[in-house]
Amino acid sequence: MKLHVNGDTVDTNAETVQELLRQFDVEGNGKGTAIAVNDSVVPKENWNEYQLNEEDRIEIIRATQGG
Amino acid sequence: MSKLTIADKEFDSRLILGSARFPDPDTMRRSLKVSGTEIVTVALRRANLDRDDSEDILSYLDQDDYFILPNTAGCYTAKEAVLTAQMAREALGTNWVKLEVIGDDETLFPDVPELLKAAEQLIMEDFVVLPYANDDPITCKKLADMGCAAVMPLGAPIGSGMGIRNPYNLQIIREQVEVPVIVDAGVGTASDAAIAMELGMDAVLMNSAISQAKHPVKMAEAMKLAIDAGRLAYESGRMTRRLYAKASSPVEGKMEVTGANE
Repeated sequence: MKLHVNGDTVDTNAETVQELLRQFDVEGNGKGTAIAVNDSVVPKENWNEYQLNEEDRIEIIRATQGG
Repeated sequence: MSKLTIADKEFDSRLILGSARFPDPDTMRRSLKVSGTEIVTVALRRANLDRDDSEDILSYLDQDDYFILPNTAGCYTAKEAVLTAQMAREALGTNWVKLEVIGDDETLFPDVPELLKAAEQLIMEDFVVLPYANDDPITCKKLADMGCAAVMPLGAPIGSGMGIRNPYNLQIIREQVEVPVIVDAGVGTASDAAIAMELGMDAVLMNSAISQAKHPVKMAEAMKLAIDAGRLAYESGRMTRRLYAKASSPVEGKMEVTGANE
Protein backbone atom coordinates (compact mmCIF):
# COMPACT_ATOMS: atom_id res chain seq x y z
CA MET A 1 0.00 0.00 0.00
CA LYS A 2 1.05 3.56 -0.59
CA LEU A 3 1.71 5.81 2.43
CA HIS A 4 3.16 9.28 2.90
CA VAL A 5 5.83 9.05 5.57
CA ASN A 6 7.55 12.27 6.66
CA GLY A 7 6.67 13.83 3.33
CA ASP A 8 7.93 10.94 1.18
CA THR A 9 5.70 8.51 -0.68
CA VAL A 10 6.48 4.98 0.48
CA ASP A 11 5.32 1.62 -0.83
CA THR A 12 5.04 -0.82 2.04
CA ASN A 13 3.60 -4.11 3.25
CA ALA A 14 3.36 -2.79 6.79
CA GLU A 15 -0.19 -2.91 8.09
CA THR A 16 0.25 -1.37 11.51
CA VAL A 17 2.22 1.57 12.87
CA GLN A 18 4.49 -0.86 14.71
CA GLU A 19 5.32 -2.75 11.52
CA LEU A 20 6.04 0.48 9.69
CA LEU A 21 8.42 1.60 12.43
CA ARG A 22 10.19 -1.74 12.33
CA GLN A 23 10.63 -1.34 8.59
CA PHE A 24 12.36 1.99 9.18
CA ASP A 25 14.39 0.66 12.10
CA VAL A 26 12.84 3.15 14.51
CA GLU A 27 13.00 1.81 18.03
CA GLY A 28 9.58 0.78 19.25
CA ASN A 29 10.13 1.78 22.87
CA GLY A 30 12.23 4.83 22.03
CA LYS A 31 11.74 7.75 24.32
CA GLY A 32 11.79 10.89 22.25
CA THR A 33 9.77 9.46 19.34
CA ALA A 34 6.13 10.18 18.51
CA ILE A 35 3.82 9.27 15.64
CA ALA A 36 0.91 11.09 14.07
CA VAL A 37 -1.37 9.60 11.43
CA ASN A 38 -3.39 12.13 9.46
CA ASP A 39 -2.64 14.88 12.03
CA SER A 40 -3.65 12.83 15.07
CA VAL A 41 -1.19 11.49 17.62
CA VAL A 42 -1.13 7.71 17.92
CA PRO A 43 -0.13 6.85 21.51
CA LYS A 44 2.68 4.30 21.92
CA GLU A 45 0.37 1.74 23.49
CA ASN A 46 -1.69 1.69 20.27
CA TRP A 47 1.21 1.31 17.81
CA ASN A 48 0.79 -2.46 17.76
CA GLU A 49 -2.81 -2.59 16.67
CA TYR A 50 -3.21 0.73 14.82
CA GLN A 51 -4.19 -0.22 11.24
CA LEU A 52 -2.80 1.90 8.42
CA ASN A 53 -4.82 2.72 5.32
CA GLU A 54 -3.92 3.57 1.75
CA GLU A 55 -2.74 7.21 1.38
CA ASP A 56 -2.38 7.78 5.15
CA ARG A 57 -0.07 10.67 6.04
CA ILE A 58 2.34 9.61 8.76
CA GLU A 59 4.71 11.80 10.72
CA ILE A 60 7.50 10.17 12.69
CA ILE A 61 9.14 12.81 14.86
CA ARG A 62 11.98 12.87 17.35
CA ALA A 63 13.17 15.22 20.02
CA THR A 64 16.28 17.00 18.85
CA GLN A 65 18.36 20.07 19.65
CA GLY A 66 16.29 23.22 19.91
CA GLY A 67 16.20 26.65 21.50
CA MET B 1 18.57 34.20 46.57
CA SER B 2 14.95 33.16 46.24
CA LYS B 3 13.94 30.14 44.17
CA LEU B 4 12.05 30.17 40.89
CA THR B 5 8.63 28.54 40.94
CA ILE B 6 6.84 27.72 37.69
CA ALA B 7 3.49 25.95 38.02
CA ASP B 8 4.14 23.40 40.80
CA LYS B 9 7.90 23.08 40.27
CA GLU B 10 10.70 24.81 42.11
CA PHE B 11 14.08 25.58 40.54
CA ASP B 12 17.30 26.93 42.04
CA SER B 13 18.61 28.29 38.75
CA ARG B 14 16.98 31.19 36.96
CA LEU B 15 18.73 30.39 33.71
CA ILE B 16 16.97 28.24 31.10
CA LEU B 17 19.01 27.04 28.14
CA GLY B 18 18.36 25.87 24.63
CA SER B 19 20.29 22.90 23.28
CA ALA B 20 20.68 24.05 19.67
CA ARG B 21 23.64 25.01 17.50
CA PHE B 22 26.47 24.04 19.82
CA PRO B 23 29.67 23.16 17.97
CA ASP B 24 29.42 19.58 19.26
CA PRO B 25 27.53 17.56 21.90
CA ASP B 26 30.43 17.58 24.34
CA THR B 27 30.58 21.38 24.33
CA MET B 28 26.83 21.47 24.84
CA ARG B 29 27.04 19.15 27.84
CA ARG B 30 29.88 21.08 29.45
CA SER B 31 28.16 24.41 28.82
CA LEU B 32 24.90 23.24 30.34
CA LYS B 33 26.71 21.91 33.37
CA VAL B 34 28.74 25.05 33.99
CA SER B 35 25.67 27.27 33.53
CA GLY B 36 23.92 25.59 36.45
CA THR B 37 20.70 25.41 34.44
CA GLU B 38 18.04 22.88 35.39
CA ILE B 39 15.70 23.33 32.42
CA VAL B 40 16.80 22.63 28.84
CA THR B 41 14.67 23.11 25.73
CA VAL B 42 14.47 20.72 22.78
CA ALA B 43 12.69 20.82 19.42
CA LEU B 44 10.71 18.12 17.62
CA ARG B 45 11.61 17.29 14.06
CA ARG B 46 10.99 14.56 11.54
CA ALA B 47 13.13 11.52 12.27
CA ASN B 48 15.74 10.87 9.61
CA LEU B 49 14.60 7.52 8.23
CA ASP B 50 17.46 7.02 5.76
CA ARG B 51 20.18 6.70 8.33
CA ASP B 52 20.64 6.54 12.03
CA ASP B 53 20.65 10.02 13.54
CA SER B 54 24.24 10.34 14.59
CA GLU B 55 24.02 11.95 18.03
CA ASP B 56 21.05 11.49 20.23
CA ILE B 57 21.16 14.63 22.35
CA LEU B 58 18.13 13.52 24.31
CA SER B 59 20.03 10.64 25.88
CA TYR B 60 22.69 13.10 27.10
CA LEU B 61 20.09 15.42 28.58
CA ASP B 62 18.38 12.47 30.24
CA GLN B 63 21.63 11.12 31.66
CA ASP B 64 22.49 14.52 33.07
CA ASP B 65 19.05 14.74 34.66
CA TYR B 66 17.75 18.00 33.17
CA PHE B 67 14.09 18.96 33.16
CA ILE B 68 13.34 18.80 29.44
CA LEU B 69 11.11 21.50 27.97
CA PRO B 70 9.96 20.79 24.41
CA ASN B 71 9.25 23.74 22.12
CA THR B 72 7.00 24.25 19.14
CA ALA B 73 9.63 26.18 17.18
CA GLY B 74 8.91 26.49 13.49
CA CYS B 75 5.11 26.45 13.86
CA TYR B 76 3.20 29.17 12.04
CA THR B 77 -0.36 28.26 13.01
CA ALA B 78 -2.20 27.29 16.17
CA LYS B 79 -3.08 23.97 14.58
CA GLU B 80 0.56 23.07 13.91
CA ALA B 81 1.63 24.20 17.37
CA VAL B 82 -1.07 22.21 19.13
CA LEU B 83 -0.22 19.02 17.24
CA THR B 84 3.49 19.58 17.93
CA ALA B 85 2.78 19.99 21.65
CA GLN B 86 0.71 16.80 21.63
CA MET B 87 3.54 14.97 19.85
CA ALA B 88 6.01 16.32 22.42
CA ARG B 89 3.85 15.08 25.26
CA GLU B 90 3.77 11.64 23.68
CA ALA B 91 7.50 11.59 22.85
CA LEU B 92 8.79 12.95 26.14
CA GLY B 93 6.08 12.22 28.67
CA THR B 94 5.78 15.86 29.76
CA ASN B 95 2.81 18.16 29.57
CA TRP B 96 5.05 21.23 29.71
CA VAL B 97 5.55 23.12 26.48
CA LYS B 98 7.40 26.22 25.35
CA LEU B 99 4.76 27.51 22.96
CA GLU B 100 6.09 29.30 19.89
CA VAL B 101 3.84 30.37 17.05
CA ILE B 102 5.76 32.62 14.73
CA GLY B 103 4.53 35.13 12.19
CA ASP B 104 7.32 35.09 9.62
CA ASP B 105 10.73 33.56 9.20
CA GLU B 106 12.69 36.79 8.90
CA THR B 107 11.77 38.38 12.23
CA LEU B 108 10.51 35.24 14.02
CA PHE B 109 8.15 37.54 15.90
CA PRO B 110 5.14 35.77 17.42
CA ASP B 111 1.83 35.66 15.57
CA VAL B 112 -0.33 36.90 18.42
CA PRO B 113 -3.82 35.75 17.33
CA GLU B 114 -2.53 32.24 16.57
CA LEU B 115 -0.48 32.21 19.79
CA LEU B 116 -3.54 33.06 21.89
CA LYS B 117 -5.62 30.44 20.12
CA ALA B 118 -2.99 27.73 20.61
CA ALA B 119 -2.43 28.66 24.26
CA GLU B 120 -6.13 28.47 25.01
CA GLN B 121 -6.50 25.06 23.43
CA LEU B 122 -3.41 23.61 25.12
CA ILE B 123 -4.52 24.87 28.52
CA MET B 124 -7.86 23.14 27.97
CA GLU B 125 -5.89 19.96 27.25
CA ASP B 126 -4.06 20.30 30.59
CA PHE B 127 -0.72 21.49 29.27
CA VAL B 128 1.60 23.69 31.31
CA VAL B 129 2.03 26.43 28.73
CA LEU B 130 5.04 28.77 28.61
CA PRO B 131 4.41 31.06 25.64
CA TYR B 132 7.07 32.97 23.75
CA ALA B 133 5.42 36.37 23.33
CA ASN B 134 6.02 39.90 22.14
CA ASP B 135 7.17 42.43 24.72
CA ASP B 136 3.58 43.64 24.78
CA PRO B 137 1.91 43.97 28.19
CA ILE B 138 -1.59 43.39 26.81
CA THR B 139 -0.67 40.13 25.05
CA CYS B 140 1.21 38.92 28.12
CA LYS B 141 -1.71 39.84 30.39
CA LYS B 142 -4.12 37.90 28.18
CA LEU B 143 -1.83 34.86 28.19
CA ALA B 144 -1.45 34.99 31.97
CA ASP B 145 -5.18 35.51 32.53
CA MET B 146 -6.10 32.50 30.43
CA GLY B 147 -3.88 30.30 32.59
CA CYS B 148 -0.37 30.17 31.13
CA ALA B 149 2.15 29.06 33.76
CA ALA B 150 4.55 31.87 32.79
CA VAL B 151 4.91 34.47 30.07
CA MET B 152 8.07 34.72 28.00
CA PRO B 153 8.38 38.10 26.29
CA LEU B 154 11.30 38.54 23.92
CA GLY B 155 14.20 40.85 24.74
CA ALA B 156 15.02 41.17 21.04
CA PRO B 157 14.47 38.92 18.00
CA ILE B 158 15.49 35.26 18.34
CA GLY B 159 19.18 34.75 17.59
CA SER B 160 19.81 38.50 17.19
CA GLY B 161 21.87 39.03 20.33
CA MET B 162 20.59 42.61 20.44
CA GLY B 163 19.92 42.60 24.16
CA ILE B 164 17.00 44.06 26.09
CA ARG B 165 15.46 46.48 23.59
CA ASN B 166 12.42 47.49 25.58
CA PRO B 167 13.16 47.42 29.30
CA TYR B 168 10.18 49.64 30.17
CA ASN B 169 7.66 47.27 28.61
CA LEU B 170 9.25 44.33 30.39
CA GLN B 171 8.92 46.22 33.65
CA ILE B 172 5.24 46.91 32.95
CA ILE B 173 4.69 43.24 32.10
CA ARG B 174 6.34 42.24 35.38
CA GLU B 175 3.97 44.54 37.26
CA GLN B 176 0.87 43.44 35.35
CA VAL B 177 1.00 39.66 35.64
CA GLU B 178 1.15 37.30 38.61
CA VAL B 179 2.98 34.44 36.89
CA PRO B 180 6.75 34.31 36.30
CA VAL B 181 8.08 36.54 33.51
CA ILE B 182 10.90 34.91 31.60
CA VAL B 183 12.86 36.87 29.00
CA ASP B 184 13.10 34.58 26.00
CA ALA B 185 15.40 35.53 23.15
CA GLY B 186 17.61 38.49 22.40
CA VAL B 187 20.27 38.21 25.09
CA GLY B 188 23.72 38.53 23.52
CA THR B 189 26.13 38.82 26.41
CA ALA B 190 26.31 38.73 30.20
CA SER B 191 25.27 42.34 30.82
CA ASP B 192 22.03 41.77 28.87
CA ALA B 193 21.14 38.91 31.19
CA ALA B 194 22.01 40.99 34.25
CA ILE B 195 19.83 43.87 33.01
CA ALA B 196 16.89 41.53 32.53
CA MET B 197 17.28 40.20 36.05
CA GLU B 198 17.75 43.67 37.56
CA LEU B 199 14.44 44.65 35.95
CA GLY B 200 12.82 41.97 38.08
CA MET B 201 12.40 39.28 35.46
CA ASP B 202 12.08 35.88 37.05
CA ALA B 203 14.35 34.04 34.64
CA VAL B 204 16.06 34.26 31.26
CA LEU B 205 15.92 31.69 28.48
CA MET B 206 18.81 31.79 26.04
CA ASN B 207 20.56 29.64 23.48
CA SER B 208 22.61 31.39 20.80
CA ALA B 209 24.32 33.75 23.26
CA ILE B 210 26.10 30.69 24.62
CA SER B 211 26.20 28.26 21.69
CA GLN B 212 27.42 30.92 19.24
CA ALA B 213 30.03 32.43 21.56
CA LYS B 214 33.61 31.75 20.56
CA HIS B 215 34.01 29.86 23.84
CA PRO B 216 30.58 28.53 24.82
CA VAL B 217 31.64 26.95 28.12
CA LYS B 218 33.17 30.22 29.34
CA MET B 219 30.12 32.17 28.23
CA ALA B 220 27.90 29.70 30.06
CA GLU B 221 29.77 30.53 33.25
CA ALA B 222 29.53 34.26 32.52
CA MET B 223 25.77 33.91 32.10
CA LYS B 224 25.40 32.02 35.35
CA LEU B 225 27.25 34.77 37.19
CA ALA B 226 25.28 37.51 35.41
CA ILE B 227 21.93 35.91 36.22
CA ASP B 228 22.89 35.48 39.86
CA ALA B 229 24.35 38.99 40.11
CA GLY B 230 21.32 40.57 38.44
CA ARG B 231 18.88 38.70 40.62
CA LEU B 232 20.76 39.51 43.82
CA ALA B 233 20.90 43.17 42.83
CA TYR B 234 17.16 43.15 42.17
CA GLU B 235 16.41 41.52 45.51
CA SER B 236 18.75 44.00 47.22
CA GLY B 237 16.72 46.99 46.05
CA ARG B 238 19.00 49.41 44.30
CA MET B 239 19.84 52.90 45.62
CA THR B 240 17.88 55.88 44.37
CA ARG B 241 19.30 57.68 41.37
CA ARG B 242 20.14 61.36 41.85
CA LEU B 243 21.32 63.98 39.44
CA TYR B 244 23.93 65.54 41.78
CA ALA B 245 26.67 64.05 43.87
CA LYS B 246 26.27 63.08 47.48
CA ALA B 247 29.47 62.52 49.38
CA SER B 248 29.99 59.03 50.67
CA SER B 249 32.44 60.02 53.41
CA PRO B 250 31.04 61.89 56.42
CA VAL B 251 31.12 65.70 56.20
CA GLU B 252 31.28 66.16 60.00
CA GLY B 253 34.58 66.08 61.81
CA LYS B 254 36.65 67.18 58.88
CA MET B 255 39.95 68.70 60.04
CA GLU B 256 40.66 72.34 59.51
CA VAL B 257 43.71 73.48 57.65
CA THR B 258 44.86 77.02 58.24
CA GLY B 259 44.75 79.17 55.15
CA ALA B 260 42.74 76.66 53.12
CA ASN B 261 40.05 79.27 52.45
CA GLU B 262 42.37 82.17 51.65
